[in-house]
Amino acid sequence: MATQQMQLPAGTLKGSKEAGTATRQMQLLARTLMTPAVALLLIWMIVPLALTIYFATLHYNLLDPDSGQFVGFDNFRYFLTDPAFLASLLNTLVLVGSVLAITILVGIPLALLLDQPVLGRSIVRLMVIAPFFVMPTVSALVWKNLLMHPVSGLFAWIATLFGLTPIDWFNDAPMLAIILIVAWQWLPFATLILLTALQSLDEEQKEAAEMDGAPALSTFIYITLPHLARPITVVILIETIFLLTVFAEIFVTTGGGPGLQTTNIAFLIYSQALIQYDVGSASAGGLVAVVIANIVAFFLVRIVGRNLEA
Amino acid sequence: MARAVTTQRKLVSTAGAWLAGFLIFFPILWMVLTSFKTELDAFAVPPSFLFFHWTTENYATVQERSDYFLHAFNSIVIAGGSTLIAMAIAIPAAWSMAFSPTKRTKDILLWMLSTKMMPPVGVLVPIYLIYRNFGLLDTRVGLIIILCLGNLPIVVWMLFTYFKEIPKDILEAARMDGATISKELVYVLTPMAVPGLASTLLLNLILAWNEAFWTLNLSTLNAAPLTVFIASYSSPEGLFWAKLSAASTLAIAPILVLGWFSQRQLVRGLTFGAVK
Repeated sequence: MATQQMQLPAGTLKGSKEAGTATRQMQLLARTLMTPAVALLLIWMIVPLALTIYFATLHYNLLDPDSGQFVGFDNFRYFLTDPAFLASLLNTLVLVGSVLAITILVGIPLALLLDQPVLGRSIVRLMVIAPFFVMPTVSALVWKNLLMHPVSGLFAWIATLFGLTPIDWFNDAPMLAIILIVAWQWLPFATLILLTALQSLDEEQKEAAEMDGAPALSTFIYITLPHLARPITVVILIETIFLLTVFAEIFVTTGGGPGLQTTNIAFLIYSQALIQYDVGSASAGGLVAVVIANIVAFFLVRIVGRNLEA
Repeated sequence: MARAVTTQRKLVSTAGAWLAGFLIFFPILWMVLTSFKTELDAFAVPPSFLFFHWTTENYATVQERSDYFLHAFNSIVIAGGSTLIAMAIAIPAAWSMAFSPTKRTKDILLWMLSTKMMPPVGVLVPIYLIYRNFGLLDTRVGLIIILCLGNLPIVVWMLFTYFKEIPKDILEAARMDGATISKELVYVLTPMAVPGLASTLLLNLILAWNEAFWTLNLSTLNAAPLTVFIASYSSPEGLFWAKLSAASTLAIAPILVLGWFSQRQLVRGLTFGAVK
């Protein structure tokens, strides 16, 4: 194996002239092969975004035949000063923050547990991963009806077993209900990534710490947790990207209500566009969403980029 | 002494892990159980866990009540079609970036990643209007296009990370033995790339199958895949728990099986290689 590698540079040097044209040909071929993907993604990014920016400056309502005048920043002013915007921004932050907190705070101990010697670990792994593969509309409706229904739901029955009054989840704590559903969907993702990171942790290092009589807690704080810092960051960033635009779970359970209690930015824009047909204002909202997502994306891209060089 | 401690520890962690796994899996299990109940049993308080009248009639009525097979067919066509087209576009691109990288390759990869970061809701309005004007609303073609574009960055990225792991020495050795590019492709690259191709295909099939933003917004009836079909159960008058459960079980069963097969590749695909 080693000799083979040694021979290669010599071989390439010998035919360097032909290799030059070959390399040029290769590069041309490579560029050609890359074109369709790059072109499509460029169009996919630029055209809708340009249209969104354009629509955002128009008075444009699908129900209003007089629409189409240029109104400058009026839509942004309207969208940003709308009380619904502030409420939905707050709801978005609560939803994203809570789901992140739950998935990571539950995900870390769960990953540590699955990293232990466990009989039938592969089966447990399958059970833990399963929610991630359930389509959002299914998980939302199963949770809303079979589990969280105030009379016939399983949670209500469990509450009565303990002599408690069942919670009417979607009337009394609608946001908490959405948070639980979404957290259940994303817990497998966080756990799986943290588990993968744990498994790459040097076993000898852990054993050495154990032999030296380090208590489990300090092994965790000084060895495991620093090792997990990076995967945790990745989990936070990737989940945030997806959680910012949670839609289906709200669409099939609460429809944003009661009132605005479960309306996040994504749902607000949807309802302005496809329920009130206010294209201008929805476009302005869309741009706000793009800006928020880009702030998160900036950090994620940097982390991934650094890893690409390593 | 040491052995006793490990056995005990193993028992404790096994019990803990199984309990956690069971709790997390329970909603799915409960859904499957409910799908075999009568509607009356499904609503019953207190609920019965195993000793109810088992029936498969929900599975039969799901098709009668609504056109289940049409939506299942739509899901297969849309998820399969968008994934295959994305693969066809991404394979050459990922191949050239992995085997003939330039100074700009890294920037292109990161830029592709950033297109995935764009929230779909940010471009919902123009896409909806374009689709309306071109008659693409509620068509399978329309959904295939949008899901294909949406997943293209992930497909390119996953394939790139797999292709990059193929040792270049082998290629150079083949080239020195006089292999042409086409021979190199067929006899050397393809066999080594198949596992990566398969897991990329699988993961993106799952993502496309479960996609529920564009499908909910751009389809209503004719092209509606299972995500939209299940959403139709959300109306209060449509509330039949046993039938909802049966329809849901059918909708997630195939993808759950595929997902279990692809779980090892999941991390790589979803973190863009940032966690190994």
